[in-house]
Amino acid sequence: MNDLLLSLILILVKLGMIFGVVLSMAAYLVLAERKILGRMQMRYGPNRIGPGGMVQPLCDVIKLITKEDFVPARADKWVFLFAPGLTALTALLSFAVVPFSPPLSLFGREIPMVVCDLNIGLLYLFGLSSLAVYGVVLGGWASNSKYSLLGGIRSLAQLISYELALGLALVPVVMSANSFSLTEIVAAQADWPNLLRHPLAFIIFMISIAAESKRTPFDMPEAENEIVGGFHTEYSGMRFGLFFVGEYINLIVIGAMTTVFFLGGWHGPFLPPVVWFVMKVLFVAFLFIWARGSMPRPRYDQLLVFGWKVLIPLALLNVVVSGAIYLAFSQ
Amino acid sequence: MNLWRDIKGTFQPFWITLGYLFKKPVTIQYPEEKRTPPPRYRARIVLTRDPDGKERCVACQLCSAACPVDCISMQAAEAPDGRRYAAWFRINFARCIFCGLCAEACPTMAIQTTPDYEICNRDVLKLVQEKEDLLIDGCGKDTEYNYYQHAGVGVVNGRGGNEDEYGPVDPKALVP
Repeated sequence: MNDLLLSLILILVKLGMIFGVVLSMAAYLVLAERKILGRMQMRYGPNRIGPGGMVQPLCDVIKLITKEDFVPARADKWVFLFAPGLTALTALLSFAVVPFSPPLSLFGREIPMVVCDLNIGLLYLFGLSSLAVYGVVLGGWASNSKYSLLGGIRSLAQLISYELALGLALVPVVMSANSFSLTEIVAAQADWPNLLRHPLAFIIFMISIAAESKRTPFDMPEAENEIVGGFHTEYSGMRFGLFFVGEYINLIVIGAMTTVFFLGGWHGPFLPPVVWFVMKVLFVAFLFIWARGSMPRPRYDQLLVFGWKVLIPLALLNVVVSGAIYLAFSQ
Repeated sequence: MNLWRDIKGTFQPFWITLGYLFKKPVTIQYPEEKRTPPPRYRARIVLTRDPDGKERCVACQLCSAACPVDCISMQAAEAPDGRRYAAWFRINFARCIFCGLCAEACPTMAIQTTPDYEICNRDVLKLVQEKEDLLIDGCGKDTEYNYYQHAGVGVVNGRGGNEDEYGPVDPKALVP
């Protein structure tokens, strides 16, 4: 009984820590993105509030909270109100299975540094990332606005073109770890990160995960210069903020996924494992910000064509070849 | 299909943006750093005086007529020596679009634009400037031009007495 209570307390403490760290990281990623993009465009980015603009996220939140929460006429009210929460919630839930450090020994107990070590963690992540699209589609549909609807349709079209390639790119990773559990996948990368073992899978994964994140090379659902704001055209105040925060939490999730699947998780020399993990996550986030500063947006039929005609055949080929190699070496 | 070109085109922009990341931004940080606008910059409008220190404005209403947003208004008056002046002269800077058409229309170079661009104000009524706010003690862009030395109703030199003028024509002497 006492043991159960202790486990429960530990899980709650871990949850609280992850929530705090992830949410503040998301807030500061917004600032980091604005500053890095600014520097790439030869301007400073926000630098007025606090030293170097460090208080800017707080001011943004205050602004968003105090703004009017507007529901357009003839919108589907409950779905409209519910959709942004879905995006932020699924993004936050993804962290439950991400291992960010090796198990810690505290008071003679072995504490796994992951909220919930599911043995199907990878499938759980996929399920949540597909569910996150519902937030976008429902928000776009419920807004009763043509631009929002177009954004929602685009995000669905995008979903069917990257999801398959994303899943197939991770099959070799699962093969090399013999498990769907993220902890096992990280443990299998103790000597080599998967990046070196499966470089093609890494490239396919990065492209499809960029499409999943709905960030700039593939931000058709919110393409500002074609369909106003896409799915969040009609949103205001903190509901827009939830979409926004969800996007940045998603960026961290993506960083964590890339780190766990390909960059060797918390493995790394000299520094403590948590530091390695956070550094890798931030590096991947920087890659995505960098891509946003560099890449133009393709049309969404081009993304469909690219997904179906290039990524999926390549991913299938990769699965077959690496499967054959594993089979040959295991015998 | 040129695959090599496409791959190169995908990675080149990354290299370029990375280069820009380490360059100094070109932004001018406004309240701390100010740039000096060029002398012909069109910002706050002033009324100038001629080299003798008298008002140039003759209240001819041409600036007011030229103004596309009707932000200039005035009342004409005449001094005992025949010199016309504006009894009151008002520019509503809340309306002004700083197009400079008033300065172009002015025959006496009285109304001129200046590079003083920091005139914003939270109180709209403070943007309505009267003659005493507008009138400056100087000639502005042309330090020599004096309207009454070239034309006008004989305020300085008597009718037709200016250097580049001739006197009134006697219509009876014009008979062929």
